[in-house]
Amino acid sequence: MKMLTFARRNAQEILRDKLNLLFGIGFPVVILLLLSAIQANIPQEAKQQMDLFRIEKLAPGITVFGLSFMTLFSATLIAKDRGTSLLQRLYTAPLTASDFILGYTLPLLPISLAQTAVCYLLALALGLTPTVHILLALLTILPVAVFYIALGLLCGSVFTDKQVGGVCGALLTNLSAWLSGIWFDLNLVGGAFKKAADLLPFVHAVDMERAALAGNTAGILPHLYWVLGYMALTLAAAVWAFLRQMKRQ
Amino acid sequence: MEAIEIRDLTKQYRDVTAVSGLTLSIHAGELFSLLGVNGAGKTTTIKMLSCLTAPTSGDALLCGHSIVKEASQVKSVIAVSPQETAVAPHLTVRENLELMAGVHGFSRQKSADACDAMIQRLDLSSVARKAAGKLSGGWQRRLSIAMALISEPKILFLDEPTLGLDVLARSELWDVIRELKGKSTIILTTHYMEEAEALSDRIGIMKTGRLVACGTAAEIKQLGGSDKMEDAFVNIVKGAAQ
Repeated sequence: MKMLTFARRNAQEILRDKLNLLFGIGFPVVILLLLSAIQANIPQEAKQQMDLFRIEKLAPGITVFGLSFMTLFSATLIAKDRGTSLLQRLYTAPLTASDFILGYTLPLLPISLAQTAVCYLLALALGLTPTVHILLALLTILPVAVFYIALGLLCGSVFTDKQVGGVCGALLTNLSAWLSGIWFDLNLVGGAFKKAADLLPFVHAVDMERAALAGNTAGILPHLYWVLGYMALTLAAAVWAFLRQMKRQ
Repeated sequence: MEAIEIRDLTKQYRDVTAVSGLTLSIHAGELFSLLGVNGAGKTTTIKMLSCLTAPTSGDALLCGHSIVKEASQVKSVIAVSPQETAVAPHLTVRENLELMAGVHGFSRQKSADACDAMIQRLDLSSVARKAAGKLSGGWQRRLSIAMALISEPKILFLDEPTLGLDVLARSELWDVIRELKGKSTIILTTHYMEEAEALSDRIGIMKTGRLVACGTAAEIKQLGGSDKMEDAFVNIVKGAAQ
């Protein structure tokens, strides 16, 4: 009950910030519309070679990219709470460390799912074939969402709210975009860039989501291991960093 | 009956001793003010008493519970209104109160009743539906105190509650604090001598982590050799051994 009260407050803080809604829902929707419009205007002969922006490939990529905003939301909220002494006040209330960690994490899960659902609904309007695999894609997005939310918990525990804007708002969204294979085929770049991308979770999250949407369950697993591994590592680091700053209060 | 018994409480940060061997008893229902220049150890003392910072040595019993061994029990009987604004900005005044009631484990009905009572008690009805982040500094401080009071704490810590407020807002907040006297034990830190004099049952003066004087306002003025609280404070602080 105590944790749920805290979680509800966090959801309200995030959802009442108009900029959050604009970026969290609006930005992925605009990108999806824009790139679909580009795809529609590519000459027929080029379309056969350039399939990256086909809705079946584009929509899963945008859903993953959109989750990078969950990191920004989560990190900004925590960093601001630390900066305004609200967290200090709450630390004197009978809440446990796990109440705080769950309270910051749980509200962002339904928000992530809602963002993903909006992307797929728009994708359906843009020509995505309605199949049951969309439900599988919604399920497989969950570990990706936890990874991004945990990254926010980690950044919010370490950085100030101004630093969070730079690290999560600029750096992470760019990393998440360039190293994910959403906008261009990583094989075309190759070399160290491709190797670095393969060692990071972003491209695996996108490929897993694409496999899920295509109903290719065998294709999900190898990428799921990468995502789960990064999720566990980030979550552990986030819990450690949060407890450390809690102790420092 | 003593609400707070502080026993040889010490906080050491590497080379700096923020609080040194503090021993003090505060009676139930008393309003006790802690005075001191910046770095005297007031905020560190409050942080230790409210279980935000662990003491290096010593202990304190709050309503019989040890801050070292029974932090969760201590947290159930205290509330803190921090020095800086500590409200959830996108939540309304009422929602902020509901948040604090909820994290103290109030049921939905008890929370609603407590919020109604607190809004009436601290005269917050005109701003109850406004977002806390859009309130003036005075209203935010009033809300901050209401958030601390909603859990009906036995011990209330007010860390510089009127800092930065204009004269009118400060006067209004003094009335609120006066109204609380006798109902909760209140520990108040302040830089304003007239505030301490007007509100306190007893005053403690800290310097470089040590309690150098303690008594009623009249006793402090006598000790400092002046009819004015400010002069007495300066004399005591300047005269205290380093």
